Amino acid sequence: MTTGFTRTDSGRVLVRLDELERSILRSLADQVIGLIAPAAGTPDADPLAAMVGIADHAETPDDPVLARLLPDGYRDDPEAAGDFRRFTERGLREMKAAHARTVIAGLERSGDKVTLGDDECASWLGFLNDARLALGTRIGITEENHEELASLPDDDPRAAMFQVYDWLTFMQDSLVRVVLP
Amino acid sequence: MSIVPDERTELRDATTTDTPWITIVWNDPVNLMSYVTYVFMTYFKYDRAKAERLMMDVHEQGRAVVSSGSREEMERDVAAMHSYGLWATLQKDDR
Repeated sequence: MTTGFTRTDSGRVLVRLDELERSILRSLADQVIGLIAPAAGTPDADPLAAMVGIADHAETPDDPVLARLLPDGYRDDPEAAGDFRRFTERGLREMKAAHARTVIAGLERSGDKVTLGDDECASWLGFLNDARLALGTRIGITEENHEELASLPDDDPRAAMFQVYDWLTFMQDSLVRVVLP
Repeated sequence: MSIVPDERTELRDATTTDTPWITIVWNDPVNLMSYVTYVFMTYFKYDRAKAERLMMDVHEQGRAVVSSGSREEMERDVAAMHSYGLWATLQKDDR
């Protein structure tokens, strides 16, 4: 079981992860990419719009997890929120997918010891946060129900998800503490 | 040439002296206090004390105004907050 991230003497950031931990992160990264990556193979209605990163849709996603990962930019103005989404959502999806791919690349070149440069740390933090947002939204986490979720019986499908969520929380907090100036 | 310089200047003045816009970060049950502080320090370059104060406002009051400026600037800030996974919106400053 990992003890979290540390800063090495050479200034790089190190985390030791066993095989199970690496496979959990890998699987979550694949899932985040599958969830948020712009659909491949669907030709855009307007190639010029695609080139400059403008999406041709403007609706808030129906899936609560996607709606949390790609939130509205305006609260009480659906029209402005739609325009904002049209201009920002594609870039946001690509950035989140890039974070997940950075994590995958870090895992693939490493064994038990994963060392990260500063740019990679920012991507790992972003990815750990996205994975926690996705899991937390899926299991319906609130500020009050941590104990209830922590004591779920093992046969409840939310129990395993909460354990992973809890572990990701530890990982993310540990990494923030290492990179905070 | 189709742009009348005087009119252009006037338009720009009108929009910049208009009501300022604000970026609001909202509380949510997932984002860590340490991470929210990190985001405010990293993106806005706020010092630790200011970043922690804003983070505590988000946590305790449910929201905090983290920046203000033109609508374009606030759209940029909100998009950046979304890229970090924070829940943020912009609006006219009607306080």
